[in-house]
Amino acid sequence: MALHYGEKNLGVKDIFGEDVGAPLGGVFTATQGLTTTWNSPLDERGIIGAAMGLAFSGDRCVAEIQFCDYIYNTIDLLKLIGNQCWASNGDWNMPVTVMTPVGSGIRGSIYHSHSFDATMTHIPGWKIVMPSNPLDAYGLMIACLKDPNPTMFLKPKALLRVEGNEAIPGEPDLTPEGKKLLRDMIDKPVVGDTSNWKPRWPEGLTDYTVELGKGKIVREGEHVTVVSYGRTLPLCAQAADALLAEGISVEVIDLRTLWPYDWEMISESIRKTHRAVFVNEDTEVTNFGEHLLRRTVEEHFYDLEARPRLVAGAFTPGVGLADPLEMASVPQLGSITQAIREVVSERA
Amino acid sequence: MKAHSPKTKVVETAPLAISGTKVKFRLDAKTLTTVHDYMVKSRVLEERLIRMYKQNQGYFWLGCPGEESFLVPLGMMIKKGQGLDYDYMHFHYRASAPMLVMGADPMDSMRQMQNTATDPYSGGRNFASHYSKREWNVVPITSTIETQYLSAIGTGIAQKRHGGDSITIVTGGDAGTAEGDFASCLVWASRPGNELPILIIVTNNKFGISTPAHTQHGEKNISDRGKAFGIKSATINGLDVEESWFALKDAIEYVRKERKPFLLEANVSRLYGHSSATGANFITNEEDPIASFEGKLEKAGVLTRKEMDDLREKYNAEFLDMSKRVKDEPMPDASTIYDHTYAGQKGRYW
Repeated sequence: MALHYGEKNLGVKDIFGEDVGAPLGGVFTATQGLTTTWNSPLDERGIIGAAMGLAFSGDRCVAEIQFCDYIYNTIDLLKLIGNQCWASNGDWNMPVTVMTPVGSGIRGSIYHSHSFDATMTHIPGWKIVMPSNPLDAYGLMIACLKDPNPTMFLKPKALLRVEGNEAIPGEPDLTPEGKKLLRDMIDKPVVGDTSNWKPRWPEGLTDYTVELGKGKIVREGEHVTVVSYGRTLPLCAQAADALLAEGISVEVIDLRTLWPYDWEMISESIRKTHRAVFVNEDTEVTNFGEHLLRRTVEEHFYDLEARPRLVAGAFTPGVGLADPLEMASVPQLGSITQAIREVVSERA
Repeated sequence: MKAHSPKTKVVETAPLAISGTKVKFRLDAKTLTTVHDYMVKSRVLEERLIRMYKQNQGYFWLGCPGEESFLVPLGMMIKKGQGLDYDYMHFHYRASAPMLVMGADPMDSMRQMQNTATDPYSGGRNFASHYSKREWNVVPITSTIETQYLSAIGTGIAQKRHGGDSITIVTGGDAGTAEGDFASCLVWASRPGNELPILIIVTNNKFGISTPAHTQHGEKNISDRGKAFGIKSATINGLDVEESWFALKDAIEYVRKERKPFLLEANVSRLYGHSSATGANFITNEEDPIASFEGKLEKAGVLTRKEMDDLREKYNAEFLDMSKRVKDEPMPDASTIYDHTYAGQKGRYW
């Protein structure tokens, strides 16, 4: 719906990538029914390169890499897009949005389960977002489409079918009837002749925007700060709810924008709780959470009453397909809950 | 969008036919003289930049000596300006000649060589010959080989949608065509029903730094690769001014009018090696297109030896003076390292 709003109101002229256009509308059907979509050759470097050129032309585009597992052969292009403004001393800006599904959770095996936040946050010049719920997904996409800089929209694929508990302004209410109505309006039927199908977009959609660089406190607490984003964020919130029964009060921050991130919010929370846990599912070595840990230690060493922790994916070459392998490779509710419990129980 | 009229117009009047000599030009004397002037200007600039490098007034040099016969006519046919009504240039790092033709200040090239704060192309951040000028649709030149063939796709798409006769021009070398990005450009430029108005240029100097092309490439001509995609293509002697001129004219007219790609391979020389990394010394066993052209101009009576020598001396003196003046210009301030990470952003932002 945000992309629909973008092509109607924010000057988006191209939404493209492999299978992004009709008839499929994306392998997760997230681009169904849009009017500026088109299918590209199966060529990730061509997709990112085309997006770069469109940005040079001033035309706003959204380019999709079908799974982030396949974005790795475009790293130098992402670096180039990120440095064009800087390298030209401000002469060129690059209004381009790239979106790609990330992470585990759909039993995607070795090449459909990669994360990309650790690698992407190594590339300067981009603004990088990763929502954890539909409302933020909408508001962050609108923010990306308004920004004159390169923006990377990481879609946690495990959450792509998860309903939120806050309605997007303009969509039908979140009652069972309202949800069915929305499905009937914008989801292409999976059976029957759909050659003439067109979506009926909600008319009241707005430019509801989540400001880039601003996190959100999703649980207020006093004993420990937990910082996460994407798939692991709802797990952290669940852990916080469960730990209340043990008398543990957890403050959960949804970072939402990975770069530039809301250090002020993290910092203020750590000053209050004196304990910190960072949670994401990318592999643990040179993980973005390690950067947050480093900054926490450097700037809050004397505020801390326990060793801060990183809960992240195992440093394995991939996420194995079998259920026990995937579950052991990336953080789950149990491992997150246990890590929080340990940090809170640790004596200073 | 700020619009500019093309500074240089292609004017073709009566061809120069000089009886009694073996040299016959198809171009008129005025055009020939203009081309020659820019060729010499470009060469003298590059030689000045090499001297600056060798005199420790810069860290690195690479440029286009040996390609002027092709690049100057190219520069003269560019529709210069900002925005979709004008040509987009995705040059590689041998582009001083067309930049000068478009009106670039030679002193700016020296500023970039000396990485001064006044360098208008990168503010002292990038190597020599890494031009960037939004006002003229010259996108930032990068050191990555062949990625320009990918970004060209995007401006081509935008221009195709926009209509009119503006085109995308992308240049690169022969060695880099081994990269998949070159193949990507051929695929994307020739999608059925979505062909793109891109002039795909390869200047073939027959080397990749030290590696001879014939030891790595089995194809007879690089332009032959266009045939598989139905892309009109040609291989020409880029050392000959007139052959270059008319091949470029035909190719550019085709792309402007048909809104389809053209693959043009120009065989050229590499007269000072790959870059300063290989010494930047004059190579004597390759054809010097300026010497060849001057021989013809003299024979045809278009210019005398003295006129041509005087022209070179004039540019030598001018550019020597510029290089001295550049010495006094300031280096970038260390406090600016974060500036322009994002549009309009100054200082550390995180």
